[in-house]
Amino acid sequence: MRKPAKLVLAASAVAMLLGATLAPMSAYAASAEEGKKIAEDRKKGNCVSCHAYEGADMPGNAAPPLVAMKARYPDKAKLRAQIYDPTKANPNTIMPPFGKHGILSDKEIDAIAEWVHTL
Amino acid sequence: MRKLIIAAAALALTAPLVSQATPQSDLEHMKKYFAKKFPGVQYQDYANGVYALDKGRRVEWEAMEEFPPYEPGVEIGKSLFKKYKVGQCFKNGGIGIKQNYPYYDSKSGQVHTLEGELMACLKRNGIDTEKEKLDYGKGKFAAIAAYMAYTSRGKTIKVDVPAGKATKIYNEGKQFFYAKRGQLNFSCADCHVYNPGVMLRSMMLSTAIGQTTHWPAYRKKWEAGGTSPLHGFGTLQRRYGGCNKMVRAKDLKPKDGKQNPSYVALEYFHTYLSNGLKINAPGVRQ
Ligand code: HEC
Ligand code: HEC
Repeated sequence: MRKPAKLVLAASAVAMLLGATLAPMSAYAASAEEGKKIAEDRKKGNCVSCHAYEGADMPGNAAPPLVAMKARYPDKAKLRAQIYDPTKANPNTIMPPFGKHGILSDKEIDAIAEWVHTL
Repeated sequence: MRKLIIAAAALALTAPLVSQATPQSDLEHMKKYFAKKFPGVQYQDYANGVYALDKGRRVEWEAMEEFPPYEPGVEIGKSLFKKYKVGQCFKNGGIGIKQNYPYYDSKSGQVHTLEGELMACLKRNGIDTEKEKLDYGKGKFAAIAAYMAYTSRGKTIKVDVPAGKATKIYNEGKQFFYAKRGQLNFSCADCHVYNPGVMLRSMMLSTAIGQTTHWPAYRKKWEAGGTSPLHGFGTLQRRYGGCNKMVRAKDLKPKDGKQNPSYVALEYFHTYLSNGLKINAPGVRQ
């Protein structure tokens, strides 16, 4: 189990790397933390079964690692869309359509997108 | 314009090729695909599932095989096989025949699996399958099937798909295998054709070729649920159920004492992909 303190540390490291300030991040810190919980729940996101990311516990390797997400997805809505329905970008993808198939609620996807944006 | 014509010509060329896909060409294609993906794997080794792809897992598995956990169960299967006079329903007294299943029966116009015929045999012999707790999939029933498969060890799988209705059923199975399903939206091929060798969390995915050689198998996961030596056994179709549940799709249960036709078609197609490999049942798996 990772401690929230570490998460903030990792997040701030990314923020520093990107030359951003911490202020906007802490504004949604609670939600990102919630998102991490949902993402790591086996019965919910279970993202770790395919994606590695900083601090992931026994990640799978079916998918690209989630790194530098903020730099690669400046637009959070795009990130959210990828989680909501990855078959839009790639009809053959093995990533489950979390929103489209009702695996997660809209709120849960919002929270996960917040979290992924901190990676 | 020129481009358009070329495209049209290409279409005309490929269209008949696609419609001419035969079981033989499907298998050739898949063999080539895996040979390229896993150049280090000996063809016969595909029968060993993930153990063909991963050294560490293979070592663990070979250690388990030193004291085969399925042997007491196979012995029980053998005595039940005798008790229920199963031999009289089958060619060669039911010994060493697994490699020819499933097969197309032109009289009934249906594909028969070994398990399907075993259930029919038990009923024909007047066994009260309900009272004797003989269900498709596990327990005593799977143990009898495991014994029959065990007597077929080393025989080469030879599934025949004649033209006509048999090919139609084969194609239904093929379609099932490649279709996305379940809330998580996976096809069998997503995991067992496009991603073998890949880790889903801590599970490594095996190749479609070689998945049917060792059934009924003996799984640690199933064994963990009980104390009887039969507890670890399950049939191939029980495994289909597990994979379908993993993607939150419906498991297709037997109905009126018959296996679900979609699973029978799937088993027909799926077993054809192991043609040329040797029976090595029961396999030990996690
Ligand atoms: C079963 C596998 C699987 C699961 C589970 C999964 N993904 Fe993915 N994901 C993929 C694959 C494969 C890709 C690569 C893109 C593609 O296939 O189209 C991907 C791509 C992505 C991308 C784009 C990555 C990039 O580098 O641009 C993001 C973001 C993402 N996934 C987030 C998530 C989140 C968040 C979860 C959990 C809620 C999740 N994924 C669960 C397989 C998975
Ligand atoms: C989400 C991924 C996934 C999907 C989709 C999936 N499987 Fe599996 N399957 C697995 C995993 C993981 C295992 C255990 C490791 C292995 O042997 O591949 C497994 C094992 C198997 C096995 C046992 C292999 C052995 O050597 O013991 C068979 C047979 C099988 N799957 C068939 C199917 C069929 C048929 C389908 C479609 C109906 C299917 N699978 C869909 C993940 C999947």
